[in-house]
Amino acid sequence: MITRRLIEAPDGRGWIFLAIVLVAAVLVPLLHLLLPPSSPFHVSTSVMTLWGKYLCFALLALSLDLVWGYCGILSLGHGAFFALGGYAMGMYLMRQIGTRGVYAHPTLPDFMVFLNWKELPWFWYGFDWFPYALLMVVLVPGVLAFVFGWFAFRSRVTGVYLSIITQALTYALMLGFFRNNFGFGGNNGLTDFKDILGFNIQSSQTRAALFALSAVALALGYVVARMVVQSKAGKVLIAIRDAESRTRFLGYRVENYKTYVFTLSACMAGIAGALYVPQVGIINPSEFAPANSIEMVIWVAVGGRSTLVGAALGAVIVNFAKSTFTTGMLAPYWLFALGALFVLVTIFLPKGILGLMPQRAEPAGPNGSPANGRVAQPAE
Amino acid sequence: MREVRDRFLALVLSFGVLLSGGLAAAQTYEDALRGFTADSFNDTDAAISAVAGSGHAMAAVLIQALQDERLLFDAQDKRVFIRDASGPLLDAATGKPIAGNAPANLQPVRLNNRLRRSVEAALGSLTLVSPEPAKRFEAAQAVFKSRDANALATLDSAIAKEVDARVKKALIEARAAIVLGKADATEPEKLAAVATMRERGDHDARALLSGLSDDQPVSVKRLVADAISTIDSQLAMWSVVQNLWYGLSLGSVLLLAAIGLAITFGVMGVINMAHGEMVMLGAYTTFVVQEVIRARMPWLFDYSLAIAIPLAFLVAAVVGMAIERGVIQFLYGRPLETLLATWGISLILQQAVRTIFGPTNREVGAPGFMSGAFELGGLSITWNRLWIIVFAALIFVALLAALRFTTLGLQMRAVTQNRRMASAMAIPTNRIDAFTFGLGSGIAGLAGVALSQIDNVSPNLGQGYIIDSFLVVVFGGVGNLWGTLVGALSLGIANKFLEPYAGAVLGKILLLVLVILFIQKRPRGLFALKGRAVEA
Repeated sequence: MITRRLIEAPDGRGWIFLAIVLVAAVLVPLLHLLLPPSSPFHVSTSVMTLWGKYLCFALLALSLDLVWGYCGILSLGHGAFFALGGYAMGMYLMRQIGTRGVYAHPTLPDFMVFLNWKELPWFWYGFDWFPYALLMVVLVPGVLAFVFGWFAFRSRVTGVYLSIITQALTYALMLGFFRNNFGFGGNNGLTDFKDILGFNIQSSQTRAALFALSAVALALGYVVARMVVQSKAGKVLIAIRDAESRTRFLGYRVENYKTYVFTLSACMAGIAGALYVPQVGIINPSEFAPANSIEMVIWVAVGGRSTLVGAALGAVIVNFAKSTFTTGMLAPYWLFALGALFVLVTIFLPKGILGLMPQRAEPAGPNGSPANGRVAQPAE
Repeated sequence: MREVRDRFLALVLSFGVLLSGGLAAAQTYEDALRGFTADSFNDTDAAISAVAGSGHAMAAVLIQALQDERLLFDAQDKRVFIRDASGPLLDAATGKPIAGNAPANLQPVRLNNRLRRSVEAALGSLTLVSPEPAKRFEAAQAVFKSRDANALATLDSAIAKEVDARVKKALIEARAAIVLGKADATEPEKLAAVATMRERGDHDARALLSGLSDDQPVSVKRLVADAISTIDSQLAMWSVVQNLWYGLSLGSVLLLAAIGLAITFGVMGVINMAHGEMVMLGAYTTFVVQEVIRARMPWLFDYSLAIAIPLAFLVAAVVGMAIERGVIQFLYGRPLETLLATWGISLILQQAVRTIFGPTNREVGAPGFMSGAFELGGLSITWNRLWIIVFAALIFVALLAALRFTTLGLQMRAVTQNRRMASAMAIPTNRIDAFTFGLGSGIAGLAGVALSQIDNVSPNLGQGYIIDSFLVVVFGGVGNLWGTLVGALSLGIANKFLEPYAGAVLGKILLLVLVILFIQKRPRGLFALKGRAVEA
């Protein structure tokens, strides 16, 4: 039953996407490890790490598309869930440093010794145990999203109001994590990681494994998201997106469906963050910045909202463009380009890049909401 | 009853001290001079105290001369002379130039470090009789701090002569401070002094009272405890007033930043993420106006803000209308996409300003009437903050009137309440949208002029206010200016009241959490629009 749904989940585009991601998961690490650096097909560590980062962003975009594309919840605070997952992983990596830190303290991370702390705060307990850290990677963003969503959706906070308070949420978290006495390294965040599960975090093999893991996580995330969308609950989600009041009048508990998908999406974002941190080697409070979270939304919009594949594609394209732009002499113009991207995509490409391609019967797009023409309702 | 008695005692006391002090002045001064002729540090020190305490008219001149090492003495005749700054030799006893030739074997009075300190203290107490009230006031404050018992006699004579009420109060307080520190002061004296301190009622007075030694008479102790609790409650009241004032000031800034947002959001249902950049444009307009004035016509500088205000409004309004016509009008019915598109515009505007003016802070000067501060009771009020509150209030009233009494205002309110119905009544909703956006942006530009006075003018100026102004709008409710006013003021005041307990950052986080919780309770804000339009 479950296998059948698994196999039926992806559509045509989805199979191509899965194939590409999984091939990359095998091929890139192999090309990196087996070929000598002189070979034209050799993939260097920096390139592989960069693309590993893109894959994490793609998973994050996927999670955002799940709530925005399929349930109409525009979260401007998804960066918070991503960063929380990243911090959970970062805390594990900090504990693994052990006595190799600058102050060589057996239990306390360097920044706590520096701040003259005498013992580990209670919320750092258990993070030296990998399975516990993994649990927290999913649990912390999930619980936050569940509580936040339960409060917000129950009192019918919708539309731009919801967007604003999700933005306020990530802003509040950013202010908090910037503080030293919060216990997460303040300004500098967590960094100087040494190893993960006993493997050196800088080594080629670990990097290759992390890349492969990111790709597999992306593929799994896609399949899960696809299954959610295809399920009966997924149809209700789309109904909520297109006509919330009507769905409620039909007898569905709108808030339960919303909380469910919001929490699931936050967990996915947390996993993306956890894969991101060991690859880039640092997590700091700027990941919580509201601007970051808004940028994530544009990845989804560029690729194509409510397509899942498009979200992942958009994340890769925008971030590839960003890396290319900001390293060259065009750096001062990146923000112009990004700003223009926001404007042009929303006006001329409401369905994103994937919307340009011919497609078979897909669920109605984001603009399929009935009787909405050119009329803006003040409070909807 | 007790208070009356205290006052009476104080009166009698100071009168008595005066009488004895005044008569003795001339005699002590003459006697004291002899101390300078002994050429011994101890005698000199005693003489300094005696001269300073004598209240004689020449005392200040003499001590000043001593400090400048212009005080000379004749060891044989036991006479003291002052070499005037311009040359002639004066008799220290009379202050008149000496007749005939100067004595041959004059020596300067020598000083060491201990004496220099005594000289300074004596000078401080002697300025108490300076002819300028401001100087006397300062001296009184200095004596209050130093509590130099030697100044007591000078103080008494100064109090007797003082005509300026403010200076007199300061002098009496200084005297009370000395009396409280003196071991041999009598009980009634101390009671009167404590009463004076209670009257003064600030942190200094409290510190002085709580720092008193333990060996006081019972009645004094009781009065001190009483006075401390009175002062404490007064100080608590002033700190509440101060927090209110700071909160009001922050609230008025929030109001300026949020009110334009509230209009556009209310009428069109779109969140303009580029609103903060309109504020920034207003601030940069002010900067440019001031640059031009500095370069071409510096005499106009005091009017620079008055010139900048209409210009900032125009610049921001034009840019705002361009944004509406160029981008937002294609996105109606898609509020979330509008949010993204305007975010993109804000990035472009920021980067454009950064390219033109550079990423660093720009200096915007304050015209004369906006700099400085004044005291009001226990709090100090800066002029720029006060003017910003006035400015915000003016804009609020003007906007309220515009919405109430103009045709455009009427049409805007109609569109806010029910767009389709308004359209059916032949209101050109498209044009109203453009004007509304222009108006909202223009007001943001005005906010920029005000903010340029209290904040750094940098490309990120708007970003700092955008989340706060969103919260104000969300908290206050849409489509109602009063909601924005109440939202801005209560957020501003709550922020300032939370700060002392939770610290600035934690206070802000707390406030964000509170607003998030509040929205759970009232998803449409404090002053929600009622009617059919709401749940459309």
